[in-house]
Parts: sequence; C-alpha cells; structure tokens
Amino acid sequence: MSALPLVALVGNPNAGKSALFNALTGARQKLGNYPGVTVERKAGRLSLPDGRPVELVDLPGTYSLDPTSPDEQVTRDVVLGRQEGERRPDALIVVVDASNLDNHLRFALELIALGLPTVVALNMVDLATRDGLELDANVLARELGVPVVSTVAVRKRGLDHLRQALEGQMNGAPAPYITGPVRDFDAVRTDARRIARAAIVRETPSRRLTAAVDRVLLHPVAGFLILLALLFVMFQAVFSWASAPADLLEGWVTALGEAVTATLPPGILHDFLLQGVVGGVGAVIVFLPQILILFFFILMLEATGYMARAAFIMDGLMARVGLSGRAFIPLLSSFACAVPGIMATRTISDPKDRLTTILIAPLMTCSARLPVYGLIISAFIPARDVGPGIGLQGLVMFLLYVFGIVGALIAAWALRLTVTKGQSSGFLMEMPKYQWPRPQDLLIGLWQRAVIFLKRAGTIILFTNIVLWALMSFPKAPDGVRQSEYSIAGRIAGGIHLLVAPIGFNRDISLALLPSMAAREVAVSAIATVYAIDAEDDVEALDKGLGERLQGRWSLATALAFLAWFVFAPQCISTIAVTRRETAGWKWTGFMIGYLFTLAYVAAGITYWTAVALGLG
Amino acid sequence: MRLTDLPLRQPAYVDWIDWAALTPSEGQRLREFGLCEGASVEALHHGGFLGKGPIACKVGRMTIAMRRAHATAITVRTGPEMAETEKAA
Repeated sequence: MSALPLVALVGNPNAGKSALFNALTGARQKLGNYPGVTVERKAGRLSLPDGRPVELVDLPGTYSLDPTSPDEQVTRDVVLGRQEGERRPDALIVVVDASNLDNHLRFALELIALGLPTVVALNMVDLATRDGLELDANVLARELGVPVVSTVAVRKRGLDHLRQALEGQMNGAPAPYITGPVRDFDAVRTDARRIARAAIVRETPSRRLTAAVDRVLLHPVAGFLILLALLFVMFQAVFSWASAPADLLEGWVTALGEAVTATLPPGILHDFLLQGVVGGVGAVIVFLPQILILFFFILMLEATGYMARAAFIMDGLMARVGLSGRAFIPLLSSFACAVPGIMATRTISDPKDRLTTILIAPLMTCSARLPVYGLIISAFIPARDVGPGIGLQGLVMFLLYVFGIVGALIAAWALRLTVTKGQSSGFLMEMPKYQWPRPQDLLIGLWQRAVIFLKRAGTIILFTNIVLWALMSFPKAPDGVRQSEYSIAGRIAGGIHLLVAPIGFNRDISLALLPSMAAREVAVSAIATVYAIDAEDDVEALDKGLGERLQGRWSLATALAFLAWFVFAPQCISTIAVTRRETAGWKWTGFMIGYLFTLAYVAAGITYWTAVALGLG
Repeated sequence: MRLTDLPLRQPAYVDWIDWAALTPSEGQRLREFGLCEGASVEALHHGGFLGKGPIACKVGRMTIAMRRAHATAITVRTGPEMAETEKAA
C-alpha cells in the first residue's frame, strides 16, 4: 500500500470533505492513527480513470496552514510533508464550499501556492443554488490556475470529472514545493474576494432557511428545551428500539450455547466454550443494537449541523464552569465512547480547556456502560410507565446520564478553580448550514463503529473472559463450597471485597471489578460467567436469565450502589491509555484515576447507605 | 456601535476591530472567519439565559458564533453610505 501515490483531501471545516471522501472511496476505508498523536487517520483507495490506484487520505478540516489546535497541526504537517509516519502527498484535492467561496478560497490559494499538483472541488453547488448563487467554474479555474470541478458529493455528481482532473494533474512531473516568501494574510484574502466575485454569475438574496430554523433552535429557552428533549428521545430510543434486535441476538447466543452442549461431551472444553466464550462474549454482543442506536443519533447530530448549535446553546452553561461550548462536542461524543471523545478534544486550542475536558470526559456515560446499566435496570427496575410514553426504566437510564453530566460539570468547575486554573478561553465557532445527511454516509459511520465494537468483543473482551474463566474454574471446589468463591479469582475477589464491602458490594461485584477495568462491559460477562460456573449442572438455574438470577442474589441497595459506582469509575484501560497519550504523561492520568475512583467510591457509598436507611437493603 | 448592541437582523459593516482586546489566536480565528474592517456583518441570534450566552452572526455568507467579549471588541456601522463604500471597494 505504501507504494501507492498519496493524495490528500484538504479544506475548510464544513466544506463537505468527509462526504466527498466517502463518495470517492466507498466503504473500503482504513481508520488508523498518526504515530504519536491521536488524530484519526482516515484513508481509502481511489482509482484514476486509467486504472491506477491512489491512496486518498482525509485530513482534519482547518481554516489556514497556521494551526491553532492539535488536529489542524496534523493537516499542516501532512500537507507540508513533515508529518511523522506519513509520506509526502503527491497531489491535493482542495475542497471548497461553493456557497462560501470568498472565505474558502483564501485557504485554497494558500494551498495552491505550495505548488503541488492540485485540483479544486467546488463542492455543494446544489446548496449554493438553493442559496441563490450561480458560479462559473471555468472563471474560477482560470483565476486559480488549477482545474476546478463542480461536485455534489452527497449525490456523487462530478466525481468522474474530479478523477479525470486529478489524473491530468498527476501525469505531470513531480512538483517540488514552492518555498517562496509567505504572502500577507490580508493580501491573500483580497485576492480570494476578487476571484470569488469574478466567479459569481448571479446572486440573489438567499432563502435563509438556516437562519429561520436557527431562530427556534438557538432560542435561549426553546432551543435549550429542544436540546434536552432530543437527548431524552435519544436515551429512550436506546432502550425501546433496541429490545427487538437485542432479543434476536440473545436468541442466537442461546442457540449457539445449546449447540455447544449438544455437540460436545461434558468436560473442560465444553465448559470453556459454554461458560468462558459463548456466555461471556455473548452477554456483551447482545448490546450491539443499543450501541449502534446511540452512535446513529450522534452521527445524525453531527451530519445535520446540529452539533454546533448544541455547542452554542451549551456555551452559557459551560462558561459558568470555566469551559466553552466547544467542549460540549467531545463530551457528547464521549456518550458513545470516551476514547474518540478524548481524541476529539484536539479541536480545542486552549491547553487548560482541553485538559479539563479530557479529565471530565470519562464521566460522560459511554456506551460500554450500557450493558451494565441495561442488565441492572432490567433486573431491578420494574418495566412500567410513569407517564405517557415515559417508561420507568428509560427514566432511570436518563437519570444515570444526568448524574454523569452534573458530576462532570461540578468536577470541571472545581478543576478550573484549582488545578487547571487559568483565564477562561473564548468560544469562536462556525455554524454550518443545515443539511440532510446522506444515508450511505451514516451507514458507513455505523458500520465502522460496529466493526470496532465487534473487534473489541472478539479480542480484549474475549481474552479477558478466557483468563477470568480459567481463574474462576480452578482449583475445583469440593462439594458444598461455591466454585466462584473457592477458585483463584474468588480468593482475589475476597481481598477486594474487604475494601468494597462498606459500600454494599457483594463478592460477585468484587470479582467483576478487576476484569471490568479491561472493558466495562466485562462486568456483565464476568457476572454471567460466575453464575454459569456456579450453576454447573443445575439445569433449572441455567434456564433463568441473568437478570432473574441477580434478583435472587443482590439487594436493591447493592444494585443501586453498583450503578452509582459505574457512573464515576475511571475504567477502562483504553481510556486511561488515551489520556496518558493526550496529556503526555502519567501526572494528569494518575490524577484522573485518583479523583474518579474517589468519586465512585463515595457516590456508591452514599447511594448504598441512603438506600439501606430507606429500607431497601 | 459595538456588535453587542447591534439590533438583530440589521445589516451592518465592521468599522474597526480592537485586535488588542483579543488573544492572538482569537484574532487569527476571527480573521480566518472573514472578519475584518469593511466586512458585512449581521447579528442573528443572542443565546443563553439572561443574555449571557454567545452571539451568532452572519459574516459574508458564513454564520459564526462568538462570545459577547469578542463582540464587544468589534465596532460596527449601519447605514447606506457604508454600503456604497463597500460596493465601490
């Protein structure tokens, strides 16, 4: 792959770059990281009209080659051929938004001045027409001195022309970088405006659809209520939409377990497959639908342009705790997973803002907590309606999310007053036009997330479960003694139990805490494995669902304390690793682990003691 | 008149910007958004409870959000005579 010529896709944020990337490369994309930094590297393959393959890399959007945040720095370094682990691009595709030409052309001029073979994609021409703007690509090409192709990425229009133009540019001799004196910013801008005006054929006042929608969505009161309602619908949907596909998956897992029982003779291999592999990993896989629904909402919010509005709405509140509305976007992504959330903080330019956001990101309820919350809620919270269309289970789920958010805001406020003290940074952000996302783009995003989740289930979760199964299965307990207590794991859990007994945690939970550091979902599969091993040949017990078995062994107070623990505890190892990489050391990582464990312990304790005092123990 | 005082949806032009009141990176970002002396600007929405939130405004064909602290640093002018100068420029 490294022999392929490299073409970089570069442009302003909101120029429709990612849609163009998807349209050009299809679903065959490779996600990776640049070495040493956590900016995601998105690459795909593109065939030129003559059949030659090239590698296309999608660079983070930026406004100029003068970066103000870490992800913009990657764009600059790749374009200039200075990024470690990336070869120098052989050509550039510069994406500009047709309806925002004078602004985007300034950056395009900066890129063209580098002297690499360049093609300009005049993207979203349909939206420009909607805004009453008609442009002449030929005039633009003449003024810029490079081919300009009108494209509508979301409708795959102009893609063949773009490939042809790229081929034409790449057939020339390899170009050296032009390292002339850097032109004055204002001079380039004046140039960009002149060219943009020359290219405009006709301009009528725009229909201002976006401004009209914004009047409602950015309204101080209505906008805030709409955001809250959206989040509420999102969490309700995670519960209600997912139940049918989750039941289906659960049926398959059960069938697979029965197949194992039917084909293998009783013995260690049978136990290993049934208890360690099918039971453990299966318990996690059934949560795939919930995770995909959550990602569906987050991808929708991003693709429609609403995410920037959410940041606008939240800025006032975020400012009170010393952050900016921009921090809301990584935090909202952290609802899916803290790892991409922490990576997304790279768009925050202020270092202290960014550090604070990283430190509180694990408090956002990530999708890995869903299996844990889902199991406990369905086992202990009755499934009844507390109002029209509002289920009690969904409400409890919503409250757990709210606790995470409130905890994060209080933590941010406290951190900003103490360890990350400094001047509050500003909030400057572009509000992109509203757009209806293309289903294919959403599907590609969901597919990538599903693959990541299943890979996780097949590697780290599987591995942890196998180790755990082995530690729980040996040595064999004599009759009358519970296997889960007699085994090696049981003895380790006994030690942990001493620490967590005051906050109401039983031995099952103690046993689940350690492996759940690898991935939170493992807490569920670990508990499932404990019961599978203890049940052994007890057919009646095996027939019961995991939730039913929990009801018999845990008190409500313990279950609630367990939920409270998971709201705050700093698992998983991936989050800790990405924090270490992003904060460049153990100092802040250690601090994060410490304060989150303390919070988790205290929160679980208060929950337990309160519940016991209320007679729920 | 400061941008914070500009009535909503009234077209105006940037008269001057107090760059010294902004940090270098904020100034750079505003310039990259196309804000400069003579740029057309229109306040669209004031956010947040009790007017404490950011301001969304249209600069050229782009909508951007900024805090009131930034908007205070931007002095704007309304009126047709400014529009004429802009056309001539």
